[in-house]
Amino acid sequence: MSQTNKAFSDARPLDQEIAVSVRGVSKNYGSVVALKDMTLEFPRGQLTSLLGPSGCGKTTLLKIIAGLLKPDSGEIIVNGKPVVGPGPNRSFVFQDFALLPWANVMRNVAFGLELRGVAKSEREAKAAKYIKDVGLGGFEKAYPHELSGGMRQRVGLARALAVDSRVLLLDEPFSAVDEQTRRKFQEDLLALVANENKTFIFVTHSIEEAVYVSDQIAILLPRPSRVSEIIRPTSFRSKGVENIRRDPEYLDIVDEIWASLRSYVE
Amino acid sequence: MWIKGYKLPAMSSLLIWGLLWEIIGQLDLTFFVPPLSNVFATLFVIIGSPAFLNALWETAQAFLAGVFFSIVIGIPVGIFMGRSRLLDELLLPWVNIFVSAPLTALVPVLMVLFGFGMKSIIITTTLFGIWIIILNTRAGVRQINRSLVEMATSFGASPLDAFAKVYFWAALPEILGGVRIGVIRAVKGVIIGQLLISIVGFGALFELYASNFLMSHFWAVLIVLFALAFSISEFLGYLERKVSYYAASR
Ligand SMILES: Nc1ncnc2c1ncn2[C@@H]1O[C@H](COP(=O)(O)OP(=O)(O)OP(=O)(O)O)[C@@H](O)[C@H]1O
Ligand SMILES: [Mg+2]
Repeated sequence: MSQTNKAFSDARPLDQEIAVSVRGVSKNYGSVVALKDMTLEFPRGQLTSLLGPSGCGKTTLLKIIAGLLKPDSGEIIVNGKPVVGPGPNRSFVFQDFALLPWANVMRNVAFGLELRGVAKSEREAKAAKYIKDVGLGGFEKAYPHELSGGMRQRVGLARALAVDSRVLLLDEPFSAVDEQTRRKFQEDLLALVANENKTFIFVTHSIEEAVYVSDQIAILLPRPSRVSEIIRPTSFRSKGVENIRRDPEYLDIVDEIWASLRSYVE
Repeated sequence: MWIKGYKLPAMSSLLIWGLLWEIIGQLDLTFFVPPLSNVFATLFVIIGSPAFLNALWETAQAFLAGVFFSIVIGIPVGIFMGRSRLLDELLLPWVNIFVSAPLTALVPVLMVLFGFGMKSIIITTTLFGIWIIILNTRAGVRQINRSLVEMATSFGASPLDAFAKVYFWAALPEILGGVRIGVIRAVKGVIIGQLLISIVGFGALFELYASNFLMSHFWAVLIVLFALAFSISEFLGYLERKVSYYAASR
């Protein structure tokens, strides 16, 4: 715990505003301890990855932040207010896309706005913009079963963007797409973080992916579930997307993370 | 059906049975089976008659009311049971009992409770149709993808919105399957009601023709009834196929 706090305070960006903070959150499923006294902060306008072995509570943490699950103890503060349930300041991108199979792309992307009571013409205009932004222009009338996995995930992303919430929660959003698409998505995500002033909380299994896209990486470890380390890449972020994967700091961080995680892979 | 590599049109087996019926009828083996041609001749005679139209109207009223109640009560109850563990535990045993119970035996009780009129007939029809609709809707709701529910919740869906915009549609393929079977059962329910409770509608026609040994008339009305039930069931089957594009990918 003390080591956690030390790593945490070392990495803490002093001049940064905190958009989301997780304070002493615990969550048990029956006898399974999914999260134990977890404390973690997410700076505004940045992308933070949650990286860790399977079962260390990443999804649980994300759902608690989303307000979909109640923590057993502790609290989540988003923009200064404690979370009591789902709210318009956060939106979720699901690993399995969670699209309405009976609705076309337009309705799916506009669905978040529809649930918030936005008038049809207004929400469709907004949805149309985000459909174009994620590169699905022309597919407005298509149904999910007519789209590829990558395209479906774009629909899920556009839906989350369309409600224009300040915090985006992404649970392994790229795990169901092929490697090329995944790389393209990672580049798009970097552009998104740069252009939209939103806070991204991003769960991933891939060390390379985490290092590539993140401003801050939180390494979570299981049994008991805890934050073991927070890493903030400093130098390569500004060098342009083509050069990141060749940057010595990028390679060093990937190695370092692998070294600390390898003992948890049976 | 296939014969030597040729695909026969749907229901061509009916032709064979029709032919067999005609032969047995012509052989005059039993008064119970008049030739099919006679039955159809009778059918065209009675189908426009005031007695027939009146019976059709009375039966249709009771049937439609019964189906209406089965659907508007059955679907929400099924959805609630699928969503709430408590309600499910409370209601499921009863639904399972009633779905397989010999409901005809209940009809006399209904007569005592609700009288000898239309009300009892409608309730009988509802009782025949509703249970399978509840069970199917429940099954449909229970297989809804969890993350679809979480998605709606995360965007702040009100319970009513979640109900009308997610649960209902996600369960629609199963619901339609349940409604199709429920409607067929309701046909049975309305006729039994009309035979046992008050002799009206098609029930009265059956009673009249059977007790006077007017077998051509009897069969003619039965064929009309079968044709009606069959068309409704086919129509619902058509709706089911229309939603099947997403049934597989929920
Ligand atoms: N609904 C549940 N009921 C019981 N136990 C659960 C439930 N959800 C998660 N768990 C348990 O809680 C722990 C953390 O689960 P969680 O899904 O948060 O892990 P994760 O880090 O997202 O894993 P993965 O990388 O495999 O997605 C696991 O041990 C899991 O078995
Ligand atoms: Mg997970």
